[in-house]
Amino acid sequence: MRYLPHTAEDRRAMLQVIGVDAVDDLFVDVPRVAVLDDLVDLPNHRGELAVDRALTAIAAKNTPAGSVPFFVGAGAYRHHVPAAVDHLIQRSEFLTAYTPYQPEISQGTLQVLFEFQTQVALLTGMEVANASMYDGATACAEAVLMANRVTRRRRTVLSGGLHPQYRSVVETQSKFLDGEIVAGAPDPQGDENLADLIDDDTACVVAQNPTFFGHLHDLRDLAAACHAKGALLVVAVAETVSLGAVTPPGAMGADIVVAEGQSLGNALNFGGPYLGLFAAREKFVRQMPGRLCGETVDIEGRRGYVLTLSTREQHIRREKATSNICTNSGLCSLAFTIHLSLLGEDGFKHLAELNHAGACETAETLAGIPGVEVLNGTFFNEFTVRLPKPAAEVVDTLATQGVLAGVPVSRLLPDAGLDDLLLVATTETTEADDITALGRALEGVLS
Amino acid sequence: MSARSQAHSAGRGVDNDAPETMTTHSGHRGLQMEEPLIFEMGSTGRTGVDLPPVPEVASKLGGLARQGEIGLPALSEPQVVRHYVRVSQKNYAIDAGLYPLGSCTMKHNPRLNEKVARLPGFSDVHPLQPQSTVQGALEVIDTVAHWLITLTGLPGVAMSPAAGAHGELTGMMAIRAAHEARGDARKRILVPDSAHGTNPATAVLCGYQVDPVPSLANGRIDLEALKAKLDDDVAAIMLTNPNTCGLFEDQIIEVAEAIHAVGAYFYCDGANFNAIVGKVRPGDLGIDVMHLNLHKTFSTPHGGGGPGSGPVVMSAELTPFAPLPYVVKGADGLRLVETEADQAAAGDGGQAYGRMRSFHGQMGMFVRALAFMMSHGADGLRLVAEDSVLNANYVLARLKDVMTPAYRGPCMHEVLFDDSFLKDTGVTTLDFSKAMIDEGFHPMTVYFPLIVHGAMLTEPTESESKESMDVFIDTLRGLAADAKAGDTARFIGAPYLAPRRRLDETQAARKPRLRWTPEAPAEAAE
Repeated sequence: MRYLPHTAEDRRAMLQVIGVDAVDDLFVDVPRVAVLDDLVDLPNHRGELAVDRALTAIAAKNTPAGSVPFFVGAGAYRHHVPAAVDHLIQRSEFLTAYTPYQPEISQGTLQVLFEFQTQVALLTGMEVANASMYDGATACAEAVLMANRVTRRRRTVLSGGLHPQYRSVVETQSKFLDGEIVAGAPDPQGDENLADLIDDDTACVVAQNPTFFGHLHDLRDLAAACHAKGALLVVAVAETVSLGAVTPPGAMGADIVVAEGQSLGNALNFGGPYLGLFAAREKFVRQMPGRLCGETVDIEGRRGYVLTLSTREQHIRREKATSNICTNSGLCSLAFTIHLSLLGEDGFKHLAELNHAGACETAETLAGIPGVEVLNGTFFNEFTVRLPKPAAEVVDTLATQGVLAGVPVSRLLPDAGLDDLLLVATTETTEADDITALGRALEGVLS
Repeated sequence: MSARSQAHSAGRGVDNDAPETMTTHSGHRGLQMEEPLIFEMGSTGRTGVDLPPVPEVASKLGGLARQGEIGLPALSEPQVVRHYVRVSQKNYAIDAGLYPLGSCTMKHNPRLNEKVARLPGFSDVHPLQPQSTVQGALEVIDTVAHWLITLTGLPGVAMSPAAGAHGELTGMMAIRAAHEARGDARKRILVPDSAHGTNPATAVLCGYQVDPVPSLANGRIDLEALKAKLDDDVAAIMLTNPNTCGLFEDQIIEVAEAIHAVGAYFYCDGANFNAIVGKVRPGDLGIDVMHLNLHKTFSTPHGGGGPGSGPVVMSAELTPFAPLPYVVKGADGLRLVETEADQAAAGDGGQAYGRMRSFHGQMGMFVRALAFMMSHGADGLRLVAEDSVLNANYVLARLKDVMTPAYRGPCMHEVLFDDSFLKDTGVTTLDFSKAMIDEGFHPMTVYFPLIVHGAMLTEPTESESKESMDVFIDTLRGLAADAKAGDTARFIGAPYLAPRRRLDETQAARKPRLRWTPEAPAEAAE
């Protein structure tokens, strides 16, 4: 076995030092009836070449996004990740380190976390950010719990523009905590009014920007309405690249901002691992979930970084912790940080503009197809179209023609009566030829 | 010997002429570079990417275009690469040395796993593509599920949880949903005092109250104390096995029988499954539900704190309550059940309590774990368990005369020492662990579990050779002798040779600075 260093002689010598005859003598505390005499019914070990071939064959059964005209989004976006990112995150010192519990020999991870927290705060327009959550949806659920703690209230208002899976995760997390969830109906037109749903018992309102259907909203009035009732405004961002072009939630009065950070540095990976971003106003920092990295000095006065405010966390606080999270998305946050560092101020804004322009061109192309209606007056890089046929059928047909046209709304909202709606996303990876191919294929299937 | 004697001289920390105290003009010390924050390096006019010009379009941002500067630095690719290479060099890592962090399972991360996870057929696939175009991805989920079911002897598995603690939450919610489906509202969860902090935190997130159960002097759960607490208000026990003391719960079958007798469920924290994989099936012990840390037992890299992956295996009774999504076999191949409507249409009797995260699970981790499983096979995984237990017992055998094992008898995959061997030396567990850093080792887990005074939980894993463990053991023997000989300076001030000396954690918490700011410190931002 290439991963196991011991020779038979090593094992024999070690058993002798221990003073037992066989390794099974070390399993004496295991009830005898529970020890398997035989190997489990699975294949035996295989060499690297054999495993590589077997997995490559399985991978070949998938259609990679990069091999076709590709317009699938709805909370996960295909962006170009510079080669340097993947090289750097595979450095042993980053890849094979644990959580930085020993700061003197973990300054690499800790400094990156400090840079990451700073970047997230800057992008969202907030004062502080944590060291990451699992994904945007779990970050959203944590934000609701945090709002409950801050306000000591239990009622949550969810926008109908919130990603349906974010909504499900919030509802699931609240289910056993006696939280009250008031969810707006799915809002494909982007014209809901949440202000009337806010009352004196409301802990927070959760709005997504751009919405699941792609609409952009000025959230300042909603923030004012929340604050007038003593509630918090939680803003979810499912496409972090939008923050390069759109007014950030922090500038519109958000109290907590959560986001899916996958777009920067991280591949699609069929849905995971992703990266939850979590930012808040500084006065709430002691109610935040998750790890926080802070600056300090060592005994020689040199600047260094440590995990801090740990009295919020499960390993110290146990049943009184703000969250049960332990392992988070460390390596994904490293990829995010390096990608954003390569982009820089101008590059990040430029990238966002490219995304927006591609979506504008795609929307214009699709709007020109008879029977197709673009629902959005505003959008960033994703928008909703109404088709004269069920969108799921259209998407399946186009897939057989080698075009991945987008996400049928019915896949995530099967009972909402929105079967004719299709979400279409573009990024900087979308080429003019792709847009043309989509337009032609769609026109063909609808004619 | 020369490196060792040099460390000794630095360890005394009193000799101003020692080379280690020499200052340099650059601030660097040989290969150890001082590196500023990236925000302190930026200029304007540079870029690390070349992007095409933006086409002329009429903006659809609706007056919400971002105004002003974000505040990000501008750097070229070589600057960014050098920055993160230098920063990386301040980390210890399992690739660089033995990393005996108990309960965390720092084993070797095969690079084949990294290679296959990056195949475009896995990495460049969207979770919401038509399912006909992702049959290979669904096959990976289904295959990993099959291995986990076979290895644990439990028939169902929820694959979506993103990490161990997330898996705990997933499993405990299934327990609560199962009780509620019977109209049986129970309120209490029994948690041993040796448990991981995530266990009580998770129980509370499910709306339960935590009722601690004491441990015996032999490090196992007190079965009689447990029985005394059992009644029809107890929903479940959360027990780690092998437990956090590195011991197998020898009365686990009796624990399971007692729990089941009052209609409660047995949740097992599977963080330590690496000690028994291929050798013992948790389902045979009476366990109803257990999470598996793929980043521990199946070696997906820890990455400085994640990502992890925490699938949850379940009994037949609990499986219907597993959350969405899951993969089923249909006439046209594999298919996802991802909404309540899908579940109703599937007609499989499922009553999912909801959804734990977006999309379908940690696919990138599944591919890596599957490569690890296939590489080891049934025979190799059993050897993983045996070698991890062998290694921990070897460390125990060779250190028990100079350090103090917390418990008698053999251990499982990790060995727990207490601090009584340091009594009256003036050296604490923390000091001892920091001195290990100067010796080139990552410390073991310290001060956990909480029930052992000055705990040092040491897990070599199956990846370590006898030779590397001998160096580690000889080092700890030397340190123990130094402590007993009164050489306290090398401990109290340690580490001397790391990129940083001890950091002021009190100041960090009292005046939190959680981000870089251009002028005023962060606390002025109130």
